[in-house]
Amino acid sequence: MILTEESIKQIQEKTSQYPRCKSAILPALTIAYRQMGYLNSEVYKEISRVIKVPYVEIAEAATFYTLFPKQPVGKYLIQVCHNISCALLGADSLIEYLEQKLSIKRGETTPDNLFTLVTVECLGSCATAPMMQINQDYYENLTREKVDQIIEELRSKA
Amino acid sequence: MFYSPVTTNAAEATASDQLHLFKYVEDPDQHKIETYEAHGGYAAWKKVLNGMPPVAVIEEVKQSGLRGRGGAGFPAGLKWGFIPKDSPKPRYLCCNADESEPGTCKDRVIMERDPHAVIEGMAIAAYAIGCHLMFIYIRGEFCHCAERIDAAMKEAYAKGYLGKNINNSSYDLDMIVHTGGGAYICGEETGLLNSLEGERGMSRIRPPFPAVEGLYSCPTIVNNVETLASVPHIINRGADWYRSLGTEKSTGTKIFSLTGHVKRPGNYEVELGFPLRKLIYDPVYGGGILGDKKLKGVIPGGASTPFLTPEMIDVGLDYESLTDIGSMLGSGAVIVFHEDTCIVWVILKLIHFFRHESCGKCTPCREGTAWLEQIIRRIEHGQGKSGDIETIENICSNILGRTICPLGDAAVMPIQSAIKHWREEWQYHIDQKKCLVKSVFEFQ
Repeated sequence: MILTEESIKQIQEKTSQYPRCKSAILPALTIAYRQMGYLNSEVYKEISRVIKVPYVEIAEAATFYTLFPKQPVGKYLIQVCHNISCALLGADSLIEYLEQKLSIKRGETTPDNLFTLVTVECLGSCATAPMMQINQDYYENLTREKVDQIIEELRSKA
Repeated sequence: MFYSPVTTNAAEATASDQLHLFKYVEDPDQHKIETYEAHGGYAAWKKVLNGMPPVAVIEEVKQSGLRGRGGAGFPAGLKWGFIPKDSPKPRYLCCNADESEPGTCKDRVIMERDPHAVIEGMAIAAYAIGCHLMFIYIRGEFCHCAERIDAAMKEAYAKGYLGKNINNSSYDLDMIVHTGGGAYICGEETGLLNSLEGERGMSRIRPPFPAVEGLYSCPTIVNNVETLASVPHIINRGADWYRSLGTEKSTGTKIFSLTGHVKRPGNYEVELGFPLRKLIYDPVYGGGILGDKKLKGVIPGGASTPFLTPEMIDVGLDYESLTDIGSMLGSGAVIVFHEDTCIVWVILKLIHFFRHESCGKCTPCREGTAWLEQIIRRIEHGQGKSGDIETIENICSNILGRTICPLGDAAVMPIQSAIKHWREEWQYHIDQKKCLVKSVFEFQ
C-alpha cells in the first residue's frame, strides 16, 4: 500500500459526505498528493479501491488537472506565476533570479532533491505581485531580499 | 497561517455607511464567528428563517438588482427564479470560489478574512431555492482559504446555523467544502459542475441550463463568492438601500482588483459606476502610474476583456458603461500597463494562458488558441511575417461564437482589441523584427 492509513481514513470520510462517490475523486487525489508530493497510476489504483470508482475514471480526471505533479518533485515545489499582472512587475526576472540562485532551469529539480522550479498560470494573488507558491504557501510582494531569505530558511530547515 | 498582505480600502469602508463588503476585512478576528456575530453577522440568516418565505427572499434579491460578480453580470435573483418550482429532484447550490481569471484576487480576500459572510450568503441563497446540500468549490491552490472556510463552517455547525432544524425552523442545510485541481475552466459554471461530479472540468452544452439540470442532473445554482457575500447585506438593509448604491442598472458595490503598473495595487470596494480614472490615479486607490510614466492601456475586467486606451478611461466602472465603449466589467480585475510595455508581449502572456487552459472539447478553441500562440510567439521573437495580422484576425473570428463556453471568446476578444488599438505597433513588430518598446520589468 502506498497510501497511509490516515490518508485512507481521510478519503473515506470525505467520500461519505457526497451524494455520489465519484465526486470524491478530486478530494481523494488532493489527499494522496499531500501525502506523496505527486501522483501515479499506482495511487489511482488504490484510490479506485477506496472510493469504489473504476480506475480509468480516476486516471481520466487526474490527468486533466495540473495541480498534481505526475512524477516526483523536490521537497519544495516552487511555482512562480508568470501571468500578466505578475509579469508586469517582473515575474520573468524573478524566474531568472531563481534559476541562477538554484542553478537549475525551470522544470528542473536541484540534485539534492530539495527544490523543483516551475512556472504556473495565475494564482489569484495579482495585487501582491510578483509572487510564488511553495508547497501550500503563498509568498507575495517578492523582492530579491525576500527570495534570498525564503530560500535560505527552507535550506536550513531541510 | 499565511494571510494575504494585499492592500484594501478597508479604512474607507469602515468609516462609510454604504460600503459593506470590506467593512471588517482588516479586523484580525473577523473570521471568528463571535466577532462576525458582534458585527451583525448571521442576523440576515435568522431574519430569513424567522419568517421570510423563499419567494420573498428571491424577490428581495431581484429587486436589489444584484448581478453576478464572477464575470457574466447575470442578475442573481432572476437566476434563482429559474429553479423549477415543481421538480421532485433535490436542488443544489454551488459557490464558485475557483477564482482564476488573471488579474482577479478579490474572492480570496473575502474567504480568508470574512469567511462567515460567504457561508451566510450561501445559506440564504440555498434557502431561497429550496436546497439542503450546498457546496463551495475553491480552487486547489487556495489551501488556506479552504482551511478558513472549513473552520468557519465547523463554527457555523456548532452554533446551529447549519445542520438539522436550523433555528427551530425545521429547515435542514448541510455544506461541503470542495477543492479543485488547478483548472481555469472550472470557474465556468458547467465546467465546475462536471469537476464537482469527478469528471474532467469540461463545459457542457446549454440548454439545459444548470438551474434546470445541473449537478447530478438536478436543479443547481452557481454563484460567485462576492455575489453571495453581498446577499446578507441586501436582506438586512433591503433592496431599496442596495439600489441606492451604484447606477440605475448596475446597483450596489463591487470589489475591483487593481494590478500591474500602479503605485498602489490592491483590492478596492467602490460603488458601481466609480470613475476608472479615479481608481487608477487617486492616492486613496491606485495612486497613479509607477514611475509617473505615461499610461498605455488598461484591461478593465480581467484577462478576457477588451483593452482600453488612455483616451477611453473617463468611464464609469459599471456593466453598461464598459459595454458601451466595447469592453466589459468582467470580474472587476483592472490591469494597468504603462508606455514601456510591448503590446505583443502582453498578448503573448494572455494567449499562452488561454491555450494552456482550453479544456480541449471544442476544436476552434483547442486548435485555434494553439495556432494563435505559435504565431504571436513568432512575432514577439522577431520572426513575424507579412500576413500574420490577417491570419490572427481570421483565426479569431473563427473561434468567436463557435465554442460551447465563453473561454474561446475570452481568448480572442483581447487580441482583437489589441490589434484594433495598436495595429501600427503590431505592423512595426513584424516589419522591424523587434519590439517598438521592449517589456523589461525587473523585480526589486
